[in-house]
Amino acid sequence: MQVVFDYYNYWICIILMMVGFYGVIAKTNLVKKALSLSVFQTGILVFYISIGKVEGGTAPVLDKTVDNPAYSNPLPHALMLTAIVVGVATLAVAMAIIINIRERYGTIDEQDLEQLEHETQD
Amino acid sequence: MELIQRNLPALVVVTPLIMGLITSIIGRRGLGWYLAMGTTAAVLAMSIQLLANVLDSGTQTVTYLMGNWPTPFGIGYVVDPLNASVLVIVSIISAVVTLYARKSVASEIAHNRLHFFYALWLFCITGLLGITITGDAFNLYVLLEISSLSTYTLVALGRNRNRRALTAAINYLVLGSIGACFYLLGIAYLYMVTGSLNIADIHDILANKVFPTWSTGAPMYRTTVIAGFAFMAVGLSLKLALFPLHGWLPNAYTYSPSAVSALLASTATKVGAYVFIRVIFTLVGVNFAYTLLHTDTVLMLSAGAAILFGSWMAFRQTNVKKLLAYSSIGQIGYITLGFALGNAGGLTASVIHLFNHALTKGGMFLALGIVAYRTGHTRLQDLRGLGRKLPFTMAAFTAGGLGLIGVPLTAGFISKWYLVSSCIEAGRYEMAAIVLVGSMIALLYTWKVVETIYFGKRDENAPVVKEAPITMLVPVLLLAGGSIYFGIDASLTSRVATAAAHFLLGGAP
Repeated sequence: MQVVFDYYNYWICIILMMVGFYGVIAKTNLVKKALSLSVFQTGILVFYISIGKVEGGTAPVLDKTVDNPAYSNPLPHALMLTAIVVGVATLAVAMAIIINIRERYGTIDEQDLEQLEHETQD
Repeated sequence: MELIQRNLPALVVVTPLIMGLITSIIGRRGLGWYLAMGTTAAVLAMSIQLLANVLDSGTQTVTYLMGNWPTPFGIGYVVDPLNASVLVIVSIISAVVTLYARKSVASEIAHNRLHFFYALWLFCITGLLGITITGDAFNLYVLLEISSLSTYTLVALGRNRNRRALTAAINYLVLGSIGACFYLLGIAYLYMVTGSLNIADIHDILANKVFPTWSTGAPMYRTTVIAGFAFMAVGLSLKLALFPLHGWLPNAYTYSPSAVSALLASTATKVGAYVFIRVIFTLVGVNFAYTLLHTDTVLMLSAGAAILFGSWMAFRQTNVKKLLAYSSIGQIGYITLGFALGNAGGLTASVIHLFNHALTKGGMFLALGIVAYRTGHTRLQDLRGLGRKLPFTMAAFTAGGLGLIGVPLTAGFISKWYLVSSCIEAGRYEMAAIVLVGSMIALLYTWKVVETIYFGKRDENAPVVKEAPITMLVPVLLLAGGSIYFGIDASLTSRVATAAAHFLLGGAP
């Protein structure tokens, strides 16, 4: 149990990633697939933010009233701002493509799509 | 001039980025193509200049500090013989394909959207060039996503010709994002160990502080480094479409617009291979990846399977565009095999094949694009008897096909010669045999198409087909001519590739 509670943030990250990864593989609805991808990416965000944590560290703002304060590492946080933007852009492109698929095929279910493509052979 | 010369490494990436934005705003009424053409031509001039600078300089690398922040704190752009040659490959192909794109794309994309197409086109090229030149592992991820996101959209734009472009694009998007996320996770592990994102700096810390402790009783971060490398390797294999992670590739290449297929086939996977080479040789080091983890064995298995599977599946296709896509999977196998061998000859073969295959396959996709432009289809039966109708285009296609087989006097022969001889040098006779078997199957599938082109009879009532417009023909002939020229006189390519291989094995960052 000690392992679970001491590293709970890493466990959250593993669970998020696995939930997302499972969704990407198992869901046939394309919107659910795209959202699972977002969950997967969120798992990685949590991972980065966790590795930036310094025990007892505060926000990395220079504080002259305290001697030798410990700061959290701000770099992973900054990196994740970029990664969040990338994630949003990916989701937006995915949704745009899914809307197009809905218009042309009339369905967004992967199995139905496969069947339609198999039948038409275009 | 001096200012441009000094900031060349940054300009090569920033120019297409800014021009992409400008194109999306003012590129209406056909202006988009002119902006894209001008930009790619400028980028080509800049990257040739960079390659010349690097080959001339004694130290072999030129480092450019973004905003003058010293590495490892700031982002450094590093130009070395390897990535300067990849830069030249990407920029040559993008300039030539842009020239071709004008008519081809106008026939496939709605006219009021053309400027968006060229904006995405430039963003894609920005990403590919940036991945190649950057010396920072996280910056590489961002640029990878810039190129990937624009690629997904470009693939989806093939929807007007065939709606399957959309399903191909979403499939590519899901798999590509998973690949990029794995790479990102891999960087996180290495960052935990080294506290750095600069590729050269991570290499130094691993080689000097971490790896020496592994042979002692208290190995530092052993599991973390291995997990990080494993995530990166899987993620990059997905991006590279290495067998068995190639699932997204055939449909994405088949259903995207002709110009996009040519650009992707000859640059995107090449840049993926380059990043893989860079991660193995300059990030974690060849001793860790090959001697300790035996990644080379895994890569060779994948490469061998890719060569056999890709070539065989290519033989079975009836859509010629899909045939070329599967053939690309096989060719990626040759490139991977080259760097998996890990000796100087193998790396040279890999880098030469990056260039030669880009020319060959790019030329073939462009030639096929002309068939699609004139007939509207790329099925095998539509190519019947086109040898007489489209003599130049089909001659270029055939020259490319000969290059895929590796017939002497084509560029493909040079790369296969290097590859087979370094397989034998490394004592991997079975891999040399696989390369030869792969070439045999390439002979089969090329013959299948060439026979149809020259000996097939065209339907009596088929529509009349004319030779392609000159702006489409010239790029095709340039690439096909290049693939023959570099098969006859390989001194330039082999000099650059040998410099790149020695640089990689020299252990310099």
